[in-house]
Amino acid sequence: MEIEEVYSRQQIDEAEGRQINELIARSQEPIPDPDDWLDEELKRNVLLTSVDAVLDWARRTSLWPVFCFPACCAFEFMTTAASRFDISRFGMEIVRASPRQADLMITAGTLTWKMAPQVKRIYDQMAEPKWVIAMGACAISGGIFRSSYSVVPGYNRIIPVDVYLPGCPPRPEALLYAIRMIHKKIASRSLIQEGK
Amino acid sequence: MTVALSGSKIAKQLGKKFPGAVIKAGADSLLLKGESLLAVAEYLKTTPDLDFDFLNYITAVDYYDYFEVVYQFTSLKHNHGLVLKVRCYDRENPTLPSVVSLWRGADLQEREIYDLLGISFEGHPNLRRIVLWEGFDGHPLRKDFL
Repeated sequence: MEIEEVYSRQQIDEAEGRQINELIARSQEPIPDPDDWLDEELKRNVLLTSVDAVLDWARRTSLWPVFCFPACCAFEFMTTAASRFDISRFGMEIVRASPRQADLMITAGTLTWKMAPQVKRIYDQMAEPKWVIAMGACAISGGIFRSSYSVVPGYNRIIPVDVYLPGCPPRPEALLYAIRMIHKKIASRSLIQEGK
Repeated sequence: MTVALSGSKIAKQLGKKFPGAVIKAGADSLLLKGESLLAVAEYLKTTPDLDFDFLNYITAVDYYDYFEVVYQFTSLKHNHGLVLKVRCYDRENPTLPSVVSLWRGADLQEREIYDLLGISFEGHPNLRRIVLWEGFDGHPLRKDFL
């Protein structure tokens, strides 16, 4: 008996194309960077400051990165993860294949619109709280491919970015510096603001 | 190293079997008529002393007046190679026969040419966009794409 193909290849392609075109239409403006909790130190009281200090310490010293390496900046990430630069010094040597076990996305590479829905889905699947480092010129603005017909001009069109790391590609030292900046940013996060 | 076969020699050999198929014979390439491409390609593949069993690549160029699709073949047995070229003058609806039935490796490359230059390949088993998405407007490798 012949089984009717409900989702033919053509239908799947058309659905994918619609999804990408909708995403492009929705992503014409950059998403504002999530920095609303910065510069709020004075508003904290003594008790919450202590709780925040412990929570933020726990979060920032055990960041788990997720795989999002569409292009060449990934090699710098690999070097950073390997023994010479060794990000396990910051408690983050395990790169998770599952976004549900990760809280830091290091977006190492050029992103095309065809790949963009997948990256957005990975980001959406990550558990809160989560942070994003836009690594390299392409991740910040599309880099030299910015005017291309198929390249996303910066990850902040589809996901909010916490730290921008310039370079093409950035050196491992620069990536470590960006990770330290993420640590600082997490350290200033307060519990009472998380409902926002 | 792979020996590039002389285009004029092959053209002579083809001329007997496919009169009018070869438009021009270069040093190591042949310019063919589009409609005779499939028959000639099959002949090149199945004739024992030619035996082009390997398709190196297919690519296409936009020359404004026409599209030129370029095929390079190699015989792994005889260690010789040949380049075939076919032109498409129709800009609105360029069509060529597909060679997927002869070389499976042509599948993805013909899809890429279809996607980026808008040339259809008749007889392709699965001619869909491959690099860009369904609903993308235009064909970016055309010279008039902006």
